[in-house]
Amino acid sequence: MAKVEIKQENLVHSRPRLITDEVMHYCPGCSHGTVHNLIAEVIDEMGLEGDTIAVSPVGCAVFAYRYIDVDWIEAAHGRACAVATAAKRLHPKKLVITYQGDGDLAAIGAGETIHAAARGENIVTIFINNAIYGMTGGQMSPTTLLGMKTATTPYGRDAALNGFPYKIADMMAHLDGATYITRQSVHTPANVRKCKKAIRKAFENSLAGNGYSLVEVVATCNSGWKLSPVEANKWMEENMLPHYPLGDIKCSELPK
Amino acid sequence: MAEKDIRLMKGNEVIAHAAVRCGCDGYFGYPITPQSEVMETLMELRPWESTGMVVLQAESEISSINMVYGGAATGKKVMTSSSSPGVSLMSEGISYIAACELPCLIVNCQRGGPGLGTIQPSQGDYFQACKGGGHGDYHLIVLAPSSVQEMHDFVILAFDLAFKYRTPAMLLADGAIGQMMEKVVLAPQQPRRTDEQIAEECKDWAACGKGGRKDRNICTSLFLQSEELKVLNDRLQAKYKQIEAAEACWEEIECDDAEYVLVAFGSSARICSATVEAARAEGIKLGLLRPITLWPFPAKPLAEFAERGVKGFLSVELNAGQMVEDVRLAVNGKAQVEHFGTTGGMMVSPDDVLAELKSKFVK
Repeated sequence: MAKVEIKQENLVHSRPRLITDEVMHYCPGCSHGTVHNLIAEVIDEMGLEGDTIAVSPVGCAVFAYRYIDVDWIEAAHGRACAVATAAKRLHPKKLVITYQGDGDLAAIGAGETIHAAARGENIVTIFINNAIYGMTGGQMSPTTLLGMKTATTPYGRDAALNGFPYKIADMMAHLDGATYITRQSVHTPANVRKCKKAIRKAFENSLAGNGYSLVEVVATCNSGWKLSPVEANKWMEENMLPHYPLGDIKCSELPK
Repeated sequence: MAEKDIRLMKGNEVIAHAAVRCGCDGYFGYPITPQSEVMETLMELRPWESTGMVVLQAESEISSINMVYGGAATGKKVMTSSSSPGVSLMSEGISYIAACELPCLIVNCQRGGPGLGTIQPSQGDYFQACKGGGHGDYHLIVLAPSSVQEMHDFVILAFDLAFKYRTPAMLLADGAIGQMMEKVVLAPQQPRRTDEQIAEECKDWAACGKGGRKDRNICTSLFLQSEELKVLNDRLQAKYKQIEAAEACWEEIECDDAEYVLVAFGSSARICSATVEAARAEGIKLGLLRPITLWPFPAKPLAEFAERGVKGFLSVELNAGQMVEDVRLAVNGKAQVEHFGTTGGMMVSPDDVLAELKSKFVK
């Protein structure tokens, strides 16, 4: 490929230094890649490349460890916050983060996640909420909206049959040990910038020893939703954001 | 020479003391009878103020074992303890730890099962400990203590073996050994390894932060390509062969001239040692082989006994007959092999064992 010369004054963005050369397996249009970039940028900007332990989930982001150039532990399904708890307690000066989807975090891993937050573990969870199990082929997750069609709710999620979706971030904001809870998205350039700020704030909160931080990213799964990337962004804005509104949910200090 | 530190303690309490003294970095557990004294003792000892050891009460056994996984993945010396139903919950995590070739210690202070069972002692988890428990082709190094002193010594030994082979080790005790009080000589305090030592010693695998390393370490057991997963399995199997060849360990009591041999581990071995005395007093040439490692199983001495003409083997276990299968494999049809035991958290007496021996073999 021919090398394109970009003058420094025109350079507004480049590939983050800590993103590896591996070809990403994510579908075109998926939010994961953007969030990976932001995490890699923040780790690099904070000078934490050598001092980060990241924990990947089971789900689409199972291979997150291939893409960001830090030490990784691949957890069993749902157990990332337990894995991270021990890593952080045994290495208290390191930045310890988990990266989890809505199936991993809000379904099978709800217990581990809530208890890590309740204990006030000084870890950061990046929570990708696209309301679907992407990896296994688009089944219903705990955050799937009512009426939303998935492989296991082919006629739309019906509360009587499938139960209600739940807002785990709002729920976790009630926990004393969770001090920074925010909901972001990456579907517009402005939101990408806000999300990056939130990730940095979460990392700083964690390194300050101020308890548990959660950055929920309302995200698209255009393959699972059976929409083009552009349609998926629009659908997310019209349907997901009213149910999962963006913004900080909690910024506090640990109770004395 | 410094005076020996001799105490009178419960087996479970000793586990905690031994862990602190051998420089363990972290304990993660969840209360369950009959082993809750392990974590209670650690919380009383407050090792985070002396050695810096982390002690954490998790919200479940599932979380405990995944904390052990996380800690071990960063190169630290970590452990958990539980009892039978709790170890069932941990089995998935144990499979991951074995697959990722991480060292750690799991203590199972067995109680009667299946299901919620009872809180009384049992040896019903032999299959679970030695034949898998979790999914996939893996083994744990399994040590069976039969005294409070061995509860202490085997914590140290299990960690040594776990780190030597980078594989999880289990201490398979039971409610009797955990709850009984005996004299124990405690080891002197060893320092914990420093973070710098860990980063250097485990630089090829521990995910403890890259530090100055050029390449990142990734701890994973996911290999979607069959050929890659086979490479891992081949490496594990080669390692298990090496462990089988080098680490089988057992004790022989009165076996030299024995015509009949009892095979028993842990608390049932204590019972059987009294049976050997009683049988010898009656002129019956009885011996006892006590496996100290259950995996690797001491098949070699049993095969040699059978070759030499031992007439019968009685596998005495507090279960419905589990280890007897390994005794039969070792003896390979060359002599009669029977099982004797009981379930439900009951014990057998030395006289029960002798009566069974007479009815099955010494007619």
